[in-house]
Amino acid sequence: MSGKEHAIIKGGLTSRKKKKQIVNIICFILLAAASLTVLMPLWFMISTALKSMDEIFTYPITWYPHNPIWSNFKDAWISADFTRWFFNSVFVAGFAILGGVLANSLVAYGFAKIKFPGRNILFTIILATMMIPEFVTMIPQYVLYAKLGWVGTYLPLIVPQFMGSAYFIFMLRQFYAGIPNSLIESAQMDGASHFCIWRKIMLPMAKPAIVTVVVLSFNWSWNDFLKPLLYLTDTKSFTLQIGLKIFVSQSNTQWNYLMAASCIVLLPIIVVFMCLQKYFTEGMNLGGAVKG
Amino acid sequence: MKRGMTKREKKEARAGWLFISPWIIGFTCLTGGPLLFSLYASFTNYNMTSRMDFIGLENYIRMFVKDPVFWKSLGNTLYYVLLAVPSSCVCAIFLATLLNRKVKGTPVFRMLFYLPTVLSGVAVYQLWIQLLAPQSGLINSALRLIGIEGPSWLADPSWTKPSLVMMRVWALGTSMLLYLSSMNSVSKDLYEAADIDGASFLQKFRKITLPQISPIIFFDIITNMTGAFQVFQEALVMSKNGKGDPAGSLLFYNLHIYDEAFTRYNMGYASAMAWFLLVIVMAITLINLVASKYWVHTEEGET
Repeated sequence: MSGKEHAIIKGGLTSRKKKKQIVNIICFILLAAASLTVLMPLWFMISTALKSMDEIFTYPITWYPHNPIWSNFKDAWISADFTRWFFNSVFVAGFAILGGVLANSLVAYGFAKIKFPGRNILFTIILATMMIPEFVTMIPQYVLYAKLGWVGTYLPLIVPQFMGSAYFIFMLRQFYAGIPNSLIESAQMDGASHFCIWRKIMLPMAKPAIVTVVVLSFNWSWNDFLKPLLYLTDTKSFTLQIGLKIFVSQSNTQWNYLMAASCIVLLPIIVVFMCLQKYFTEGMNLGGAVKG
Repeated sequence: MKRGMTKREKKEARAGWLFISPWIIGFTCLTGGPLLFSLYASFTNYNMTSRMDFIGLENYIRMFVKDPVFWKSLGNTLYYVLLAVPSSCVCAIFLATLLNRKVKGTPVFRMLFYLPTVLSGVAVYQLWIQLLAPQSGLINSALRLIGIEGPSWLADPSWTKPSLVMMRVWALGTSMLLYLSSMNSVSKDLYEAADIDGASFLQKFRKITLPQISPIIFFDIITNMTGAFQVFQEALVMSKNGKGDPAGSLLFYNLHIYDEAFTRYNMGYASAMAWFLLVIVMAITLINLVASKYWVHTEEGET
């Protein structure tokens, strides 16, 4: 290669490198702008929570609270029965997580690693049920729970969690399918039962997927509005979502309290998500496995 | 048990059924059974307490001919779906493409973009009511900074649905992660070959990335459409009286079902509407499946 040619190639490379750098900088700016758009609503919530009512009504609006009133959080919290509602939510969410992990990982193991007649047909049915609109089964379920005398108790919120959900079963099955069969076979040689394999090998190995189930179960239970609305009748047994709705109708104009209470309601979810998001985004990447 | 199964196979089969038994019970009691029950109820005048007489197609006739609210709610829902699904799909692909450049801070950005997805429920609806307030809301204040006087969003019947669409687009994390992971799995060779041919970024995006991730786009559109058709809670909480006002612009299909079922206890009629929704969702999925043959890219040998 002559010196001249070499210089041309080198020059082409550096200009391409430069171009790439510029594109990356534009990318970074766009990403930063998008994150700002995503975060602004949350900032607005916190800053409104810290403002006085006078400041909320100043026009044009202030972009940050000039005299932050931290006691708004406490005052909002004690102005309704939030503490009780909070523990009710924790109670329901605890069962949702327990049921979500137990039932779905057992069922998914059955579909991924045990051969039995009818397996493929049943798995197709599971996928098909994901398409069914919630409202089609909601009315008969309500009738069923009413006949069982479960309306007004937590049972309609808790018991179904122990029967598996199509989405989780699918996700966990995809994860389990990626764990080599040889591990199971060698354990079976040693006389391990399927239950034992599930507990000792599968659960620990599927940690990212299990964490995803934990986060999503918690999240869906915590944010659930419709089921508590239908099934919880006593103010004392309300979850936070329904409690917050009641609070809204009672204190319609106290926007700072409203936002303060909303902040506290959302805080547990943000904390759980931040702590576990490393596993979580890893587990969610399995979504890529749904191709075709 | 079938003949020809060895003892070991029988034992396996028993274990398999035992493991999936929670789902079998759940499916029978909470999905399959209810499905049949509501199909039957849709041909009756069931009202939870006193009556359940077979009335033939009366509910369906009432739905299509006598109930103007039915058509309004269906129209509102279609409007919402047609606005929400493409917007969130395009935004999710856009963000995933940016994240796929793997510039500095990508993990942090990814987490931030996902964060709104885990936030939902009454607290978030209240927050958006504040954000969308015509005078003191964040959105109109931001628009004012660039000299635009924003609409009065949730108070203006023609802006209520776009308001809810914005809220939905804000929480597009699931789709975004889906696209991101599928972009990651596109073979690097394709891009390198295109680089040698001197293809521009946009050309590569159109000719390589989009075809390669088209199965995921297809999947995302189906799940998003199914989800958007069931829009309900936002309307219940964010419309003034919980009935879809102003001017019935937020009266979505599911809100109408909810109203018939749980405030008037017309369970038979509500079941008929719910079944019609099931038919719509099935039809959309089928249409998408057929249409996808023309635009979803599949590798040779892959079905």
